Amino acid sequence: MIEIKNLHKSYKMGSNSLHVLKGIDFSVKEGELVAIMGSSGSGKSTLLNILGMLDEADSGTYNLDNVPIKNLNETKAANYRNKFLGFVFQSFNLINYKSALENVALPLYYQKVNRKKRLQKSLDYLEQVGLKEWANHLPNELSGGQKQRVAIARAMAAEPKVLLADEPTGALDSKTSYEVMDLIQQINDKGNTILIVTHEPDIAQMCKRIVHLRDGVIEKDEMVEQVRASQYV
Amino acid sequence: MGIFDRDLWTEVFGTLTKNLVRTFLTTLGVIFAIIILVLLLGSTNGMSNGFNKVFAGTATNSMFLWTQTTSMPYKGFERGRRVQFTLEDADLIQKQVKEIDLIAPRIQLGNFEGTVTVNRLGKTSGSSVYGDYPSIDNVSKKRMVEGRFLNQNDMDEAKKVCVIGLDTYKLLFDKGENAIGKTININGIYFSVVGVFKRNGNINFDGENTVHLPFSTFQKAFNTGNRIGWMSILIEPGKKVSVAEKKIKDILKRKYDIHPEDPRAFGSFDFSQIFTGINAVTLGLKGFSIFIGALTLLAGIIAVSNILLITVKERTNEIGVRRALGATPGVIRRQIILESIVLTLFAGLIGLIISVGVLHIFDILWGDGDGFPFSNPSVSIPQLIFSFSLMILLSTLIGMIPANRAVKIKPIEALREE
Repeated sequence: MIEIKNLHKSYKMGSNSLHVLKGIDFSVKEGELVAIMGSSGSGKSTLLNILGMLDEADSGTYNLDNVPIKNLNETKAANYRNKFLGFVFQSFNLINYKSALENVALPLYYQKVNRKKRLQKSLDYLEQVGLKEWANHLPNELSGGQKQRVAIARAMAAEPKVLLADEPTGALDSKTSYEVMDLIQQINDKGNTILIVTHEPDIAQMCKRIVHLRDGVIEKDEMVEQVRASQYV
Repeated sequence: MGIFDRDLWTEVFGTLTKNLVRTFLTTLGVIFAIIILVLLLGSTNGMSNGFNKVFAGTATNSMFLWTQTTSMPYKGFERGRRVQFTLEDADLIQKQVKEIDLIAPRIQLGNFEGTVTVNRLGKTSGSSVYGDYPSIDNVSKKRMVEGRFLNQNDMDEAKKVCVIGLDTYKLLFDKGENAIGKTININGIYFSVVGVFKRNGNINFDGENTVHLPFSTFQKAFNTGNRIGWMSILIEPGKKVSVAEKKIKDILKRKYDIHPEDPRAFGSFDFSQIFTGINAVTLGLKGFSIFIGALTLLAGIIAVSNILLITVKERTNEIGVRRALGATPGVIRRQIILESIVLTLFAGLIGLIISVGVLHIFDILWGDGDGFPFSNPSVSIPQLIFSFSLMILLSTLIGMIPANRAVKIKPIEALREE
């Protein structure tokens, strides 16, 4: 699903250049649930941004579902993001004047799905994350866990190839974190490919594979025995 | 996703109604601009209508011609001589000056601006009595209250009929009395009334205390021969009155042996000059109104654009999310520009409603005033279309500034911003 070869990225900081990613080789197969771990400054967010086409690598190749991702202009990147990727952010990033349902429907709107179909589909996804009754509530009427579930529903509504989650539990207490992870595991059980950036070991243990980043290189790439989140819920 | 796509508008209205107070304050500038534009245009139209009302029924491309005393000696004649116009003079210039549409010669009983006593059943009025060609009605239209104006039949048969003004009617008749068919007595001769007229708008050189007889009747009744007092001359549309005026005077000066350079031998009054002057004034006012209005509108729309810039800044995170979810730069740009247009048009509509109301109040206050030419102040449909097109154009152009700012936001930076 994801093929990365010899990826380099550096940022210019004034006269200095900060080499963040120093040659990453990495691939993810369909249906995997991968945690990317590392301390801050290890380059894990940069990697995720490049995977999410929010940022471009300096060198190296990136294939997503056998489509080479390179030389993207903004419009092309937007279309690829819309088609291939679902995003979940640490701070939820829901649009605060839109109801939960409208938030979920937004990627479908950009996919030019007609209104009726769009709302129906969004309602289905809200139901899957257990928030059907909250469909018409605004984000500020929802708890943190509920917001993140809406965000996950939004990410899944476009039926992406890969779900990218940047610290999805970073703003949640541990009980809510496990609920969210339970949901992510359920989604993964249906065969969806998911990448999670996290620095919490217990969250990483709930994935099937952990990639450890350190100073811009992959330090360790291991398969793990998945801990089911449902036992904590 | 066309321009009529419901979702697009839902998105636009969604963001605009998010902060209603600010949206309204943003539009104030444009509201005032449109009020100023419409009030200025409406008032100018009101003045223009007012002037039109004043001149209603007066042929604009016309002149008066009368004789005065010569001021220069010529061919043995001393200065201070006064010539007498005759019907032949009218025929002569009608034939020789092709710009002339028609000539209505007129003769007056008594002196110029003098009055004659008119009697009826013991009532009297001091009125001006004229001998007129029916064609005078084409130069200065009379508004008939009762009956009709003089016609060719009256002329041909030299009928002893007359048309009287409303003031004369009031002096000679009882209130509500029917004047048609009744006779009045001028210098011992009886004429029957066929029509009563009243002033037509504000310009009427004759006034309303007048009696108009057919020219032929006048000749016979008062034994005036071929003499005429003065001529109203209608010039063909599109021809210059001043050119015709010079030709006419030159012909008459040759005929009566008057020095070609004599400026005082003939008096004349060129109507078209007044009209040109007034038209220039109203046209100038209109141009000025549009200029001021458009600039104010520009300022208003720049204010809208400014607020949209602030909104874009505030919505950085939201725009970043939208971009991450697949909104292309084109979609973002279109939405911001549409917001600019919608805000402007919405404000324009409010401004229009207010200003039309104010114009209506103007109309009630001063619309039918006699003192100042002002009538039916309103804006025309083309002017409205112009205003709204201008608003769409300006708001699109100026909306590009915040739109481009929004597009420049990198999703990654936008998402980092909390």
